[in-house]
Amino acid sequence: MKRFTLIFIPYIWLAALFLVPFLIVVKISLSDTALAIPPYKPALDLAQGWAGLMAFLGDLDFENFTFLAEDDLYWKAYLSSLKIATISTILTLLIGYPIAYSMTRAAEEWRPTLLMLIILPFWTSFLIRVYSWMGILGQEGLLNQLLLWLHVISEPLKIMNTPTAVYIGIVYTYLPFLVLPIYAALDKLDDNLLEAAEDLGCSRFKAFWLVTIPLSMNGIVAGCFLVFIPALGEFVIPSLLGGSQTLMIGKVLWEEFFSNRDWPVASAVAVILLLILIIPIILFQRNQQKQRESEG
Amino acid sequence: MKNHLMSATAVLALVASVASAEEVRVYNWSDYIDENLLTKFQEETGIELIYDVFDSNEVLETKMLAGGSGYDVVVPTGTFLQRQISAGAFQKLDFDKLPNAGNLWDMVKDRTAQYDPGNAYSINYMWGTTGLGVNVGKVKELLGDDAPINSLALVFDPANMEKLAECGVHLLDAPAEMIPAALQYIGEDPNSHDPDVIAKAEAVFMAVRPYIQKFNSSEYINGLANGEICVAVGWSGDVLQARDRAAEADNGVEIAYNAAKEGSQMWFDQMAIPVDAPNVDGAHKFLNFILDAQNMADASNYVYYANGNKASQALLVEDVIGDPAIYPDDDTLNNLFTTTPYDIKVQRVVTRLWTKIKSGI
Repeated sequence: MKRFTLIFIPYIWLAALFLVPFLIVVKISLSDTALAIPPYKPALDLAQGWAGLMAFLGDLDFENFTFLAEDDLYWKAYLSSLKIATISTILTLLIGYPIAYSMTRAAEEWRPTLLMLIILPFWTSFLIRVYSWMGILGQEGLLNQLLLWLHVISEPLKIMNTPTAVYIGIVYTYLPFLVLPIYAALDKLDDNLLEAAEDLGCSRFKAFWLVTIPLSMNGIVAGCFLVFIPALGEFVIPSLLGGSQTLMIGKVLWEEFFSNRDWPVASAVAVILLLILIIPIILFQRNQQKQRESEG
Repeated sequence: MKNHLMSATAVLALVASVASAEEVRVYNWSDYIDENLLTKFQEETGIELIYDVFDSNEVLETKMLAGGSGYDVVVPTGTFLQRQISAGAFQKLDFDKLPNAGNLWDMVKDRTAQYDPGNAYSINYMWGTTGLGVNVGKVKELLGDDAPINSLALVFDPANMEKLAECGVHLLDAPAEMIPAALQYIGEDPNSHDPDVIAKAEAVFMAVRPYIQKFNSSEYINGLANGEICVAVGWSGDVLQARDRAAEADNGVEIAYNAAKEGSQMWFDQMAIPVDAPNVDGAHKFLNFILDAQNMADASNYVYYANGNKASQALLVEDVIGDPAIYPDDDTLNNLFTTTPYDIKVQRVVTRLWTKIKSGI
């Protein structure tokens, strides 16, 4: 009974905060736009009972999804978002892993301070931190002024309003989400394993590759997902730092919702975005389970 | 129709000195009022005023159509107002509670009636035009003394734009204003709702696309003022703000605003009461306060936009009433055009075309 309650509570949580809102979005994605409050139809009229429910279901259709398939804007935006999210995840990993690794190699008394430094940026609003990048990367920004002053460049670099600025923004923003799980995994690593590997003739590099990396794999995977998933639907960073040529699905979604006032199509875009995210997550979990079973 | 991303999240809440249970919630454009008026309203009525700001019609409309915004007074632009009235988002005004409504200006009322038939749901707050903001010195240096600073040819003729590109040109990121301007330039009906006619705007923009630095609806105020850009298609009052900032900074930048001689778009920001407003009575008190000639004059003297209040004109400073960029002369006035809202299908065509113009996809 106790166990049942323990499992039950998180499931209620998931159902209330994820499943129900998602079903509402799915329902809107199958509706039609209307000039009304709220701006879509049909509305479910429970007073009419069963007949009302059937009439309601009969009015839903997949028109919005066929529409998305017809215009190449949408799949190009999905692809472009996938590309930006993938590249930023790899960049974040390349920067974040050495940070996490050196943190675990640091002296014991320094670790809480280092951990604190990773968390510190969260004390400032995310929006303000992105705005400050506008001040750093701009034409007259700090970075350009520094480089001009050092005579590294003779003309200011154009970074603001380019994809480069978007990558910088995403990597900066999500770096802590990647460092923390990897740090947690590396922290648990038993140093005796590395010693054993070296005793058995591994070079230090080989020991790192054959022991440290596989044992921190869970942290790497968790960190990468924590970067990849929000980066894919990112809206604030591309709209503040990116130019009009940076196409991301978050911006397309905003335009559907606000400029076109088409909640059903916007919901359809969101449903597909979720499906794109859910499929790799399920595949990953299956893979994990299989591994566990084969090991067990 | 002002757009300030910087203040998108800025929320100004004024706490009344008099503790009172009654409150009125107003949702207006950012940088669009003399803040002394807010204090004055609270002192006169004893009602607590909660004043929030937004920076785009789209954001306001989404709140209105979702319902339950909690606001008592909101300020959509005419075309948006019309659509929201058809959606049932507003309630009719009770003119018995608005004795100052007699101050309204017939010239403006006649025009706003096309959005709000009979002016039953709204009163005009401010109005303005969408035209050309120009750094006079730089543009004349690049294009010669007879540079067409009062013509759409300045931004739509590739020959001009090729030369202007080096000093920076911004266009509004507002398809409902830029596409009518392009149609006007090629002699089509700027208010056309025919997708085939709207499609003709694409060629106009594509010809000058390489020379446009940015599509943005707020950065041009600073950009013009500190000389970073030399031409912007923008809203009258915003360009005039840039002009004043440049004059204050005394940086040698001279900014001028001109409505296009081909005809510029004229727009109206209207105050209306949402259908589910919690304090309808207080909302009327606020509207009546705004309709007062002195109050409206104070607001216009502060933000440099024309208002729809005839009686306030005697109280405006010469800088405002005497400036043809704010109160156009009759010839310019007759040359201005207005637009009506697109229906959902045409809106989709317009947004899609705009994405294509901006991103090439």
